[in-house]
Amino acid sequence: MKYTQGKYIIKNKSAIAKNTYSYTVRCPEVADIAQPGQFAHIRVDGFTLRRPVSICEIDKKCGTIRIVFEIRGNGTEELSKLNEGSLIDMLAPLGHGFTLNSKFKKVILIGGGIGTPPMLSLAQYYGEKSVAITGFRGAGSVILQEDFKNSGAENIVCTDDGSYGIHGFVTQPFGDILKKGGIDAVYACGPMPMLKKISEMSKENNIANCEISLEERMGCGIGACLVCACKTKKNDEEYFAHVCKEGPVFNAEEVIW
Amino acid sequence: MSDLSVNVCGVNFKNPIIPASGVFGYGREYEELFPLSALGGIATKGTTITRRNGNPSPRIAETPSGMLNSVGLQNPGIDKFIDTELPNLLKKNTVILANIAGSTIDECVKIAEKLSSTDVHMIELNISCPNVKQGGAAFGTCPETAGEITRKVKNVLPDKPLVVKLSPNVTNITDIAKSVEAGGADAVSLINTVLGMRIDINTGRPILKNNVGGMSGPAVFPLAVRMVWQTANAVKIPVIGMGGVSSGKDAIEMMMAGASAIQVGAAIFTDPFAPIKIIQEMNDFLDTKKIKSISDIIGSVKPW
Ligand SMILES: Cc1cc2nc3c(=O)[nH]c(=O)nc-3n(C[C@H](O)[C@H](O)[C@H](O)COP(=O)(O)OP(=O)(O)OC[C@H]3O[C@@H](n4cnc5c(N)ncnc54)[C@H](O)[C@@H]3O)c2cc1C
Ligand SMILES: Cc1cc2nc3c(=O)[nH]c(=O)nc-3n(C[C@H](O)[C@H](O)[C@H](O)COP(=O)(O)O)c2cc1C
Ligand code: FES
Repeated sequence: MKYTQGKYIIKNKSAIAKNTYSYTVRCPEVADIAQPGQFAHIRVDGFTLRRPVSICEIDKKCGTIRIVFEIRGNGTEELSKLNEGSLIDMLAPLGHGFTLNSKFKKVILIGGGIGTPPMLSLAQYYGEKSVAITGFRGAGSVILQEDFKNSGAENIVCTDDGSYGIHGFVTQPFGDILKKGGIDAVYACGPMPMLKKISEMSKENNIANCEISLEERMGCGIGACLVCACKTKKNDEEYFAHVCKEGPVFNAEEVIW
Repeated sequence: MSDLSVNVCGVNFKNPIIPASGVFGYGREYEELFPLSALGGIATKGTTITRRNGNPSPRIAETPSGMLNSVGLQNPGIDKFIDTELPNLLKKNTVILANIAGSTIDECVKIAEKLSSTDVHMIELNISCPNVKQGGAAFGTCPETAGEITRKVKNVLPDKPLVVKLSPNVTNITDIAKSVEAGGADAVSLINTVLGMRIDINTGRPILKNNVGGMSGPAVFPLAVRMVWQTANAVKIPVIGMGGVSSGKDAIEMMMAGASAIQVGAAIFTDPFAPIKIIQEMNDFLDTKKIKSISDIIGSVKPW
């Protein structure tokens, strides 16, 4: 695993939904080696612990990565105060990302709420071979729709309150697509109940590759302090994996719910 | 360039900065960022007799100017440590302090016995972990048991410097320090984490699954300086200071209070390069003040 720590310049900042910000950061050495599903561990002034945020887009040509985050507490609120031209302190790229396979013909990407951003880098890899199903609370929190379209992926949007797209959860269109068959892989990031349901549905439909991205509170972010443990199974043996190093992406089969 | 080297109970450190036990693993992950030989030493993750999985997650919470952890000594066990981690660490041209912990005195003695025949430079006996139910802090809060465990462990480590790591969760740290000194400790290190708690007021649940955890980071710094000062004045053996050190100035301050070397924990989470920057800042301070050797400042505070 390779990573660096540095202060990088924010080239572009935009507010893309209520309390949700997008930063494009110039960091060629990170962009060069970053993989979809990896994350950046971001230092926030005035806080002891860094904040983990997924890498949403990787542009090796421009030497940039993009992150998209929602204000959840004091740290992300402080982070949102940075502006274009400010420096952002990142330790990146970290963790084990999604498995990519150029032979796959059809993949499904599922993002729940603020779990949607890492799905975009996958959409950019798979392009037209991917269907991105994204779910949000309501119309006001829908994000990245335009970006999915530009990547060539089909984007199906769901909202809990029906104020936009399909009224209901992502599992509904997911079930419909599964019925049609021909799916090589499923990738998902979002709330635990959603991930659990998706893993079960994938298993029932004999999808060989179902990968999910988990969240856990972190210290070092690189596998040294062991605070981010999550119970998994490896060859049917219980095993405490580290979300920051062995994850955040796990094969759904490995997770103990 | 001033002389940053220090000698702690016969062991030479090229500089006084040591990543603290538990934040640095066995150094592998940080080697990606800087050579481990730049460090004075490394205190390894607390090792128990057999593998431990630790406590359930979440195991970490933010606090004002600090953090709580409740890892609960997750580690692969002493045999695996000796076979796979220690040989690699001993090649890194830095002092290795093997941190050990047990839930009974017997267990601590067994672990120490296994290490006595290795080339590890020092043993740091943790009698102060707040995150394990048996043993751990229980040893460290009673002067008699602290003295007894030290004596029994030192007995099997006649040729290795034994550092006993003390808990701040006590009424009088100097009683414990004197007791482990009498038990044969070659040095003491302090402070381990301070027991704390955080509650999510929206759910009414503690943030840590273990409910309580050990607090560290800048918030505990003044408490740690006070305890280092009191302890250094109470015992003749060297004191390794830690607790909230995050800059060269902090390290100098703690050494003035009486620490012969410094461990750095939570600051490494904020900035993985913290140990390297601290070494540089200490050097700059000495240069500016025209102090030739860092040893000259140890215990140099002039109390009112
Ligand atoms: C691998 C990974 C990728 C992530 N990617 C994104 C992303 O792309 N966009 C986004 O908006 N959010 C993402 N998150 C969640 C994000 O890290 C948290 O929302 C953020 O840390 C909250 O910080 P805070 O100070 O605002 O909240 P507070 O609740 O004040 O934070 C207190 C402490 O808890 C930690 N914490 C709180 N919630 C979480 C959480 N859900 N996961 C991990 N740690 C948490 C914080 O890091 C901090 O140490 C990701 C989390 C992980 C683990
Ligand atoms: C995540 C974490 C894990 C720790 N694990 C251990 C351990 O295994 N053994 C030990 O003696 N101390 C352990 N400690 C305590 C530190 O070594 C140190 O005593 C304490 O954190 C105070 O220093 P700081 O304020 O610089 O972090 C741990 C601390 C943290 C933050
Ligand atoms: S956050 Fe330190 S090991 Fe994962």
